[in-house]
Amino acid sequence: MSSLFEEIREPVAGDVPVRRVSITVNGVRRTADVEPRLLLAHLLRQGLGLTGTHTGCDTSNCGACTVLFDGKAIKSCTMLAVQADGHEVTTVEGLAGPSELHPIQEGFKDEHGLQCGFCTPGMMLAAKALLDENPNPTEDEVRWALSGNLCRCTGYQNIVKSVLWAAKKLQSQSAS
Amino acid sequence: MYPSRFRYEAPRSIDDAIALLRQGAGEAKVLAGGQSLVPLLKLRFAAPELLVDINNLPGLDYHRADPDGTIRIGALCRHAELERSTILATRQPTMAAAAPLIADPVVRNRGTLVGSLCHADPQGDWASVVTALGGHVVAQGANGRRNIPVAQFVTGPFQNVLAYDEIAVEAVIPAPKGTVAGGYLKLERRVGDFATAGTAVALEMSGAVVTRAGIALTGVGGSTIDAAEAAQALVGGPLTADSIAHAADLAAQAAQPRSDHRGSADYKRHIVRTFVERILTRVQPSTERAA
Repeated sequence: MSSLFEEIREPVAGDVPVRRVSITVNGVRRTADVEPRLLLAHLLRQGLGLTGTHTGCDTSNCGACTVLFDGKAIKSCTMLAVQADGHEVTTVEGLAGPSELHPIQEGFKDEHGLQCGFCTPGMMLAAKALLDENPNPTEDEVRWALSGNLCRCTGYQNIVKSVLWAAKKLQSQSAS
Repeated sequence: MYPSRFRYEAPRSIDDAIALLRQGAGEAKVLAGGQSLVPLLKLRFAAPELLVDINNLPGLDYHRADPDGTIRIGALCRHAELERSTILATRQPTMAAAAPLIADPVVRNRGTLVGSLCHADPQGDWASVVTALGGHVVAQGANGRRNIPVAQFVTGPFQNVLAYDEIAVEAVIPAPKGTVAGGYLKLERRVGDFATAGTAVALEMSGAVVTRAGIALTGVGGSTIDAAEAAQALVGGPLTADSIAHAADLAAQAAQPRSDHRGSADYKRHIVRTFVERILTRVQPSTERAA
């Protein structure tokens, strides 16, 4: 793909070289020419059109931009796109195919784990990182794992229920 | 928010990294976990000309205990690894207590202990922990390595003594001489907020007698506060209700809190006293058994 300077709408500084990065996003290898200051969240949203990754606070507090980086939950607004060169990134679009839902997404639907939905992608990826490591978490462990992700609507109760629902579903799937 | 422009290099060897910093001539910054630096770049509080990303340097992601009990934490060891560490869980209660309280779980996957020390935020938890433990930072430059006691490493808010072409490659906690005890307590309004107040207590004991003590305070002054007088008051005797109350009072006196949206100065001082007392009171039973 082409350079991302147009999206940023600022002239290119002559002495800052563009860097070519190659990142595996949701299993597909993507190449981009980026300015070093471009944040991973912006590459995903504006460069790759993956707008499921939300940028909420822009100050590394809220966790709406959480993605998986080599399987670990990170805040994509707090990582430069150049740092992802050679790494694997999973966004909410990568959880399931276009016409299906991942059990975590099903859980959020069934248990009403969202209202406005802004924090939801980050919540789901933080939940995925937890369930990948700990398939049978307690309620406390779910709350602990999601404590870096802020929700302003739900009071968290249904989000926690959604993740526990997903854990149960994933376990019954792997058992059968 | 976009950072201002900078050049970016991700060297593969520490010598290359140091050479790049040298070229940067004071206008370069080291990027490790980036959980403090990237927000500062976005706010344009920091605007370096060159970022030297050390995440690709080999062999810095360790933490380990030497045979003599010295604990070493490499520059790329993330908070999350320390949170899960069996080494810390079995050997170093002050660090084990602090690790899960750093920032939030997502930040802990990236941020590093050594980076936190370098960042020198007065609200930084690790600086208090390493101060209480009498640790030091290993800085590597073109002429080799030097050890800098953490108490001298931080010179003020967001300031450390590293030369512009040096990299902090390791934090070291010296081997204890007796049994170790201690803890870390932090009051935060919500997960991920900076500490309203935090206290680190690290003891070495011979039977019931305290042989070394360190107490350091987070978020109650212009930088990390080494409550040395409070710690010294514990050394040479057993922990008693009186000695604990006395040390807690001295720690509260050492605090220099300011009233702000997190609480009044008096409130923060009260928290310091309570936390020191609480950590030391929890130590007591095991030492009495040992005696």
